[in-house]
Amino acid sequence: MNIKKQIISLIKGLSLYELLIGLSLTGRYFFSRKITIQYPEEKTPQSARFRGLHALRRYPNGEERCIACKLCEAVCPAMAITIESEMREDNTRRTTRYDIDLTKCIFCGFCEESCPVDSIVETRILDYHGEERGDLLYNKEMLLKVGDKYEKMIQADRAEEAKYR
Amino acid sequence: MIKLKIDGKSIEVQSKKTIIEVADEVGIDIPRFCYHKKLTVAANCRMCLVQVKNIGKPLPACATQVMDGMEVSTKTKFTKEAQQSVMEFLLINHPLDCPICDQGGECELQDTAVAYGASESRYAEEKRVVVNKNIGPLISTDLTRCIQCTRCVRFLKEIGGVQELGLVGRGEHAEISAYVDKSVESELSGNIIDLCPVGALTSKPFRYKARTWELVRRPTISIHDSLGSNLEMHIKDDRVMRTLPKENDAINECWISDRDRFSYEGFYHNDRLLEPMIKKNKKWLKVDWEEALLFIAKNINRSIAHEGQDSVAFLHSPQSSIEESYLIHKIADKIGTQNVDYRITQKNFDFSGTWLGCEISEIETLDQVIILGSNMRFDQPLLTHRFRKMVHQGGKLIFINALEHDLLIPLEKKIICKSQEYRTQLIQMLRAVYEIEPKKIINQDILAFIKKQKLNADTLQWMKQFVKGKNKKAIFLGQNALEANDASDLVFLANCLAESVSGLFGSLSNYPNGVGLDLIAHKQELKSTKDMMAKKISSLITLNIEPKYDIRANINLTDLIQKINFKVAITPYSGDAFDDFDCLLPMAIYTESSGSYINIARKLQSIKAITSPKGQSRPAWKILRVLGNYLDLDDFDYDSSEQVLCKVIHPKKRLAYPPLAAKKFNNKEKPLKKDGRNEIHPILPEQSDMIVRRAISLHSKKNKPLINIRQEVL
Repeated sequence: MNIKKQIISLIKGLSLYELLIGLSLTGRYFFSRKITIQYPEEKTPQSARFRGLHALRRYPNGEERCIACKLCEAVCPAMAITIESEMREDNTRRTTRYDIDLTKCIFCGFCEESCPVDSIVETRILDYHGEERGDLLYNKEMLLKVGDKYEKMIQADRAEEAKYR
Repeated sequence: MIKLKIDGKSIEVQSKKTIIEVADEVGIDIPRFCYHKKLTVAANCRMCLVQVKNIGKPLPACATQVMDGMEVSTKTKFTKEAQQSVMEFLLINHPLDCPICDQGGECELQDTAVAYGASESRYAEEKRVVVNKNIGPLISTDLTRCIQCTRCVRFLKEIGGVQELGLVGRGEHAEISAYVDKSVESELSGNIIDLCPVGALTSKPFRYKARTWELVRRPTISIHDSLGSNLEMHIKDDRVMRTLPKENDAINECWISDRDRFSYEGFYHNDRLLEPMIKKNKKWLKVDWEEALLFIAKNINRSIAHEGQDSVAFLHSPQSSIEESYLIHKIADKIGTQNVDYRITQKNFDFSGTWLGCEISEIETLDQVIILGSNMRFDQPLLTHRFRKMVHQGGKLIFINALEHDLLIPLEKKIICKSQEYRTQLIQMLRAVYEIEPKKIINQDILAFIKKQKLNADTLQWMKQFVKGKNKKAIFLGQNALEANDASDLVFLANCLAESVSGLFGSLSNYPNGVGLDLIAHKQELKSTKDMMAKKISSLITLNIEPKYDIRANINLTDLIQKINFKVAITPYSGDAFDDFDCLLPMAIYTESSGSYINIARKLQSIKAITSPKGQSRPAWKILRVLGNYLDLDDFDYDSSEQVLCKVIHPKKRLAYPPLAAKKFNNKEKPLKKDGRNEIHPILPEQSDMIVRRAISLHSKKNKPLINIRQEVL
């Protein structure tokens, strides 16, 4: 038995059988359709659950949703969120500061999950940049701006996901 | 001996207690809302229902006394059903918006709902809404959240002395309310914030500022009154966000006064002095520490060279820590002057000692008490509660005061007289004692004096009961009496009186660290402010004193300060009180510095710095140490405040406190001036020291603040 195996292995070795098997795989991919995406002209499809850039949302009447409960700050494993709160003139609880340090953020989505009023969300946006380190420290104003700009998309995504929540 | 079983655990109890008390002792958790160990039992929340064997229905653990052979179970299906049903009823009208509620994270209802409630709500109908009421600048209300436990009502009635809140209406319409158009004005009102198990009553100054889980808790004490209440300050980003009581049954139990609770706002007032300042050509200049200290050293040395050592004087606040006082005394000692004092409001110095005469908790056990000249609700707000407790337990209180000061305690006898009549009152009492039991007056000098006095029939009548009973008696002299011109006579007479009825004698001094400072002053046998006034003083260093307001009752001393050429203030705040000073050194507030204090019941408490000093300010003991170096005095090389403390208090030796006694008695008959000034200087709790004078929320509309309180804060 042992001698038989040795002979087969010798023939396979001499005839470069393993190499041909490997090359056939290479050949198959060589002639098949390419999957390379020409980013940024082309983009891959995204899930509605994609966790990208953060946004703070507003209600349709323009009132900010955030009520400064600080649950996102507490749940954030990277400690990327900093909130300061105060009583606004109309006696409601509001943030005076809402910072997300995107260089710290690990995009786990816990903040979105913990938010009782769907205020902080992670959008599909992934192609943002900062030229200096400080540029990626998003404050309340910037986050609200993101929210205002992409509200439609955010709404559509939440609506699609609603049945699984 | 009662034997019972709770959850199968055999327990033996000595006295008759309720099930919840026994369960708490052995560590079995029973949920509760209305029950509080320091308040009476209301049994209206029904959360503490337990099953007792052979009894068909669940019983409230807080209102059921234990009995021999009882078998209580807290975790059976039966109790669980009861608890879940009660929880469901409580949550019917309670809003479920915990994220915007200030109590979120420290809410008893939230915790209990998680631990004992059902997992989901079956209630889909409308919830009730209660209109909020404005009950003052300290407590914010959110009455829709109220679960009618009535802890606040019971607190204000039992501990506060006046029922300022009540439960109005029945059933669904029941709501907590103050009297129409009235706010809660008790000086202990802040405690209802802690008591409220839900977010119905929360702190107004702290409203929406921070969450409980962000705060770092640091223990400290209060130095606004002589009790030294134990506090827990909650800190976020090196800033005190709020103050809560730390339980200590010997001092403050689980309460604190509003002054202790809200004074932290003063720490960040705009007046905080952040840099050393020198006055040059009538203008204030900001300088660095070195320049300021050199400037002081130069002027002090010049004063010594030209006018002698006795031209330099030091005044420090009764709030100073032992370390600060020791160092300031040491500087004076090394310079060679005896002009150091802290008794800035006192006018008579022929007596020594400050102490209560007993433990604070011992007050409750007294049977008959005379209080002379004390505005206690202003001076030591929390102490009134002890006397209140004493009266509720059957004790009798006789109150003699110059000010119509309502203690909110049912009094046996109340006498309102002029402050100069305190002495006469005491003599009359002694005379009455002589009449009733002549042998009891031991002191021969006073006996001869007393014999000559006329007897007052009225005094005799009410003293009869006081002298005859064989129970625990006490006589307390309040701050008003201690500040009188004849204070030493009062101390002497009160001491004799206490001796003759074999009772306790104590002072209700409002000097926060009076006992500790006495230790140092006593050792050195120093001159008093009265002696200082007799001399020509050209340089003065004050520590933690705002002369215009702290000494305003003591006109002679205020005049003295005004006449001095060169004045230095080591102070945490600037302000109009320092306009005529020449140099200001910024010192840290007591929570930013380590220090030791001894309260009125002789309890030594050392605290550590819990936040860092603001701006360029430094702990006062460090400033004094460096000042010693700059004045070229030797032996000023301390590295820590503990080293300084060791110089005063040896850990192994017993402390030699000066006894509370007068050196002499002036037995000359002083005719009462008919138009004599009534020396009443009630210092309202919100005006007692520099910090509280700047705590914005403490100043309600009723009492106008002494200094201009600006809204901007640091």
